[in-house]
Amino acid sequence: MLRRAIENLGNRTIQGVWRMGFATRFFLAVLLHSGTAFRRFGLTIREMYFSGVLSLIIILVSGLFVGMVLGLQGYETLQTYGSEEALGILVALSLVRELGPVVAALLFASRAGSAITAEIGLMKATEQLSAMEMMAVDPIARVVAPRFWAGVFSMPLLAALFSAMGVFGGYLVGVQLIGVDEGSFWSQMQSAVDFEQDILNGVIKSVVFGVAITAIALFEGYDAPPTAEGVSGATTRTVVTSSLAVLALDFVLTAFMFRGLN
Amino acid sequence: MHPDNLVEIAGVAFGYGARPVLKGINLTARRGQVVAIMGSSGCGKTTLLRLIGGQIKPDEGTVRVAGESVGELDQAGLYRLRRKMGMLFQFGALFTDMSVFDNVAFQLREHTDLPEDAIRDLVLMKLNAVGLRGAAQLMPAELSGGMARRVALARAIALDPMLVMYDEPFAGLDPISLGVTGNLIRRLTDTLGLTSLLVTHDVQESLKIVDYVYFVSEGVIVAEGTAEEIKASGLPYVHQFVHGEADGPVPFHYPAPPYAADLGLEVRRA
Amino acid sequence: MNKTVLDLWVGIFVVAGIAALLFLALKVGSMNTVNTSDSYTVLARFENIGGLKVRAPVKSAGVVVGRVSDIRFDNERYEAAVTLRLDKRYAFPKDSSAAILTSGLLGEQYVGLSAGGDSVKLKQGDRILITQDAVVLENLIGQFLYGKAQEGAPQ
Repeated sequence: MLRRAIENLGNRTIQGVWRMGFATRFFLAVLLHSGTAFRRFGLTIREMYFSGVLSLIIILVSGLFVGMVLGLQGYETLQTYGSEEALGILVALSLVRELGPVVAALLFASRAGSAITAEIGLMKATEQLSAMEMMAVDPIARVVAPRFWAGVFSMPLLAALFSAMGVFGGYLVGVQLIGVDEGSFWSQMQSAVDFEQDILNGVIKSVVFGVAITAIALFEGYDAPPTAEGVSGATTRTVVTSSLAVLALDFVLTAFMFRGLN
Repeated sequence: MHPDNLVEIAGVAFGYGARPVLKGINLTARRGQVVAIMGSSGCGKTTLLRLIGGQIKPDEGTVRVAGESVGELDQAGLYRLRRKMGMLFQFGALFTDMSVFDNVAFQLREHTDLPEDAIRDLVLMKLNAVGLRGAAQLMPAELSGGMARRVALARAIALDPMLVMYDEPFAGLDPISLGVTGNLIRRLTDTLGLTSLLVTHDVQESLKIVDYVYFVSEGVIVAEGTAEEIKASGLPYVHQFVHGEADGPVPFHYPAPPYAADLGLEVRRA
Repeated sequence: MNKTVLDLWVGIFVVAGIAALLFLALKVGSMNTVNTSDSYTVLARFENIGGLKVRAPVKSAGVVVGRVSDIRFDNERYEAAVTLRLDKRYAFPKDSSAAILTSGLLGEQYVGLSAGGDSVKLKQGDRILITQDAVVLENLIGQFLYGKAQEGAPQ
């Protein structure tokens, strides 16, 4: 019984390491074969429609609501200390530093990441990738790389839209609904939010998340067993793995970026 | 290598991991012929096609196509050779995110610098050859199985290859589509000067159109000959296959312990 | 999906995304704070700067007039040397004083400038002579307790 458990654990570890190696090789192949994605930019633009434009609605609506909730909750808390005017700071800093990149990335993972995995997985299951190979066209260059770059380009734009919508939502609730002074809302926000330290770091975060999510989604799709069960399992794994990766990376990046501040 | 032979396979063995699939296959396909590779499901026929296409490399022996040893080519050489090959996958493997027209135009756009006008003319010619010029703007999801197979065929011959491989071209087709597809393979081979290699287990349909047949069983070639020779063959395996008998050298039952033991009858008796 | 319609949508998406970034940079953030060419720096020494940080605001009469551009330790005097970058539009008398203050009870610390009466103005590289250190809570409590003890002593 115990022996079997240990054997099982060992097997799983070896499998995991093996998969990790394969994933790394896959990622390098994607980077190496990215020429086509830029030479024929139309391919990447097409994928930006599917991963970026189609995620717009969910990103904008979620951003607005998250900002509105921040406005309400922030006001409740700040009121206790008599510093309602700092609401702008609270809303803007939480969105630009954390919530914008992270929540947008989580939404992107479940909206676009799962779609990418399912599409690549089905293309593999229906032998479309093999057919492409037999037509002397490299599927990594033609199918995978444009999707990868489209995701990397889309992610920071989506995160910025999410943050902007969130600030607007916080403004709606805080200033228009509750009646925090409009002038101090904006001016306090502006004096506290730093371009390099906060906004640029937020953009860097979202680019890293974009790389992680699309790489995981593409790999899971490419590696999926060519069955209905395999593709559905891979889609689930994409959402779970990339969400965890986003949160873990967020911790690491935050530790690096803001360590000097405090 | 004989100049008439387009494909020459000599002593090829291949296995997935520890499980051997092919154990020493010798096979040739002459230019302009339709050659069929037959055998029951899972006997390694598709593996053979993948070896010829260079998607996998043989463990032993050589696969030569037009004089080049496929297993020893590098990526660039392989892609150069594959431009002269067409392959028809089992269910067509059409690109589902493109229209029929774009599917057939795919290789022309990827591999040539032809202007869009010329591509349009070429694509319509290929689609006309398979009788689907009118379906150019449909999406693959709107096609029946037989039509999808024909579009895939048009796509496979888009660059005028010298060799076209078919993986189970008859699987899952109604009798009319079956006849249409069979005739199409024969006609395209003759008019375009192709060599066709088909992997199938549909004996009746393929025997109508092929020049030469190889029978594969358990990783080796058990019989070969022209269509007439095969029909007249006295070999028990070929006889069972051609006449579709349920039991014979290929047993109906998957290997299992004695029936009585499985049902627990012996235990009860004891 | 028609190719031109698709391009249009992606174009809208990219433009909107860049607009959102600009909004964050200009409206939410403060890219337009202190421009190096329109400013001058002065030095102030403090015995204790408390929790003052680089980029903290410099305020006079509650208006932001500059930012802390550098904080270093002066190893000869054992004091903190704080460089203030002030906006050229605002000139201060040479005998102005600098204090480290806290906004609100728990807010961030900033440098407050109080104008003096001299007719000569501060120039680039000048030093502010009169400074007031940050209030350190522990010291304050210590003083308070010491005072209490002295009150009780002559009993």
